[in-house]
Amino acid sequence: MDIKDIIKPENIVYQKTKLFTEKPLSYCPGCGHGTAHRMLLEVLEEMNIQDKTVGIAPVGCSVLAYEFLDIDMQQAAHGRAPAVATAVKRLMPDKFVFTYQGDGDLAAIGTAETIHACNRGENFTMIFINNGIYGMTGGQMAPTTLPGMRASTCPFGRDTEIMGNPLKITELLAQLPGVYYVTRQAVHTPNAVRKTKKALRNAFEYQKLKKGISFVEIVSNCNSGWKMTPNQSNKWMEDNMFPFYPLGDIKVPQLEKV
Amino acid sequence: MGELKLMKGNEAVAEAAIRAGADGYFGYPITPQSEIMEYLMTEKPYETTGMVVLQAESEVAAINMVYGGASCGRMVMTSSSSPGISLKMEGISYLAGSELPAVIVNVVRGGPGLGTIQPSQSDYFQATKGGGHGDYRMYVLAPASVQEMSDFVKIGFEMAFKYRNPVMILSDGAIGQMMEKVVLFDPIPRRTPEEIEKQCPWATVGKPESRKRNIITSLLLDSHEQEQHVFKLRDKYERMQKEDVKFEKIQCDDAEYLFVAYGSSARICQKAVDIARAQGIKVGLFRPITLFPFPSVELKKLSSQIKGILSVEMSLGQMIEDIKLAVECRVPVNHFGRTGGVIHSPGEVFEALKSTYLGG
Repeated sequence: MDIKDIIKPENIVYQKTKLFTEKPLSYCPGCGHGTAHRMLLEVLEEMNIQDKTVGIAPVGCSVLAYEFLDIDMQQAAHGRAPAVATAVKRLMPDKFVFTYQGDGDLAAIGTAETIHACNRGENFTMIFINNGIYGMTGGQMAPTTLPGMRASTCPFGRDTEIMGNPLKITELLAQLPGVYYVTRQAVHTPNAVRKTKKALRNAFEYQKLKKGISFVEIVSNCNSGWKMTPNQSNKWMEDNMFPFYPLGDIKVPQLEKV
Repeated sequence: MGELKLMKGNEAVAEAAIRAGADGYFGYPITPQSEIMEYLMTEKPYETTGMVVLQAESEVAAINMVYGGASCGRMVMTSSSSPGISLKMEGISYLAGSELPAVIVNVVRGGPGLGTIQPSQSDYFQATKGGGHGDYRMYVLAPASVQEMSDFVKIGFEMAFKYRNPVMILSDGAIGQMMEKVVLFDPIPRRTPEEIEKQCPWATVGKPESRKRNIITSLLLDSHEQEQHVFKLRDKYERMQKEDVKFEKIQCDDAEYLFVAYGSSARICQKAVDIARAQGIKVGLFRPITLFPFPSVELKKLSSQIKGILSVEMSLGQMIEDIKLAVECRVPVNHFGRTGGVIHSPGEVFEALKSTYLGG
């Protein structure tokens, strides 16, 4: 049997989503970004809102996210995506707007923009990839690096006496009245991926209601930055990251059902 | 003929923004320019023209809101004063690198650091030479009256969209705070989303099937691509120099000496010219209106008839460098100016001219 006989529409069980560009992903093999991108694109495609969506890419590993997502996108200065998205959504209130940010971007340099966009109750979606490290710049300590966890700027492990504590920004944001929906998910197993997709779908559905920020944290691995194999890193994430950053819904609207 | 009003310079900026059909203003309070946002919040254009007005959490956030709005092809602006403009410089560099149109008003106060809240012209270098990082320029307009505070908002947006480049209105605390009569231009309706998409096919407004995706970014990792991009920016700046230099000449025709001054200093020098002329000294005033592009060609032409130039600036002397470059050592160029928020008087300026060029 020729391979062409096998590659037929009726035999397809899995394929690239239409909204991925042809550009090969630049993320390290084993990294969660690619899966997170895919879930995001599947949601946009299923909701058929790709022509009404504007995304804001951060500085960090996903600085080049716009290379892979076949939608209109802007690249923001480090940490400023929530401010950028604020104006985009206010000037085009009927469009869907999201930011896609890492921990350094969202919870260190951009803390002010993050908290104030959330507190104003801006009506966009924030996707927060938390891997506890600065991946793009070579594995430095992040605001979410765990106590004792090693990074290139804390090579003997994060000493909280000297370097301070990791910031649970998601729990902090959930306290704010302008934040409508907060959940923490992962993309390391098929089950987790399904839950993340559902969470992203919720986030974009909630955006229609214009009741404030919908916030999806995805705890992800960084096998390169953590100096592990992909499998080791996922196991390490389960054993160390999840106890500190427990998965699940943190703030769910009580009255409205999607 | 437009409506005649008595207004502060800052208020004129705000009113002009509404009348120019601006889509959004994003700011953060700082003296001496807070009246701009106060006026907008009182006028509530979001209920009339639909213009968005938002007080941001910082100057940094405000300029990045401008970045977001400009990326959607919207007419957006911000304003601040010197320390706040320093904070905006990162965002301005991104605007220039991403080729985005925006108007930024700087109502300058004395510095460095927190400085004073009194008027100054000490941000000339920052406005015209960069300020933010990278190879870029802003189109810089220097108003010398409340009338120009209004008019330059409209011109500023025209230039911002003509060149897809940030435009700075470099004012100062005196012009921002003083009241003068101003003839307001007739309101221009805001563009419809369809008009915006036609005018700005590059805008990120949601990608229809019919076109490729639009990306707003200043990131070009390949150094050769980055070089080509900077060359493209350079071509724009050269085009500004050819097409959109603005200046004013006052009593220059028979002048033997020349004041070169912009903004508030130009107003003061106008009086100093009158004092000198009353004493039979032939002095003129050359007022650059665009500080970038600098009116070098015209100033060089003028310099052939001139015995000496006095650059009068409320600073230690910053524009003087551009004057010297323009006249290419054909004529002596000296500086006079009070700084740190102190405003020189016409008498002081006249005395400085005499002591510099006429033996006291």
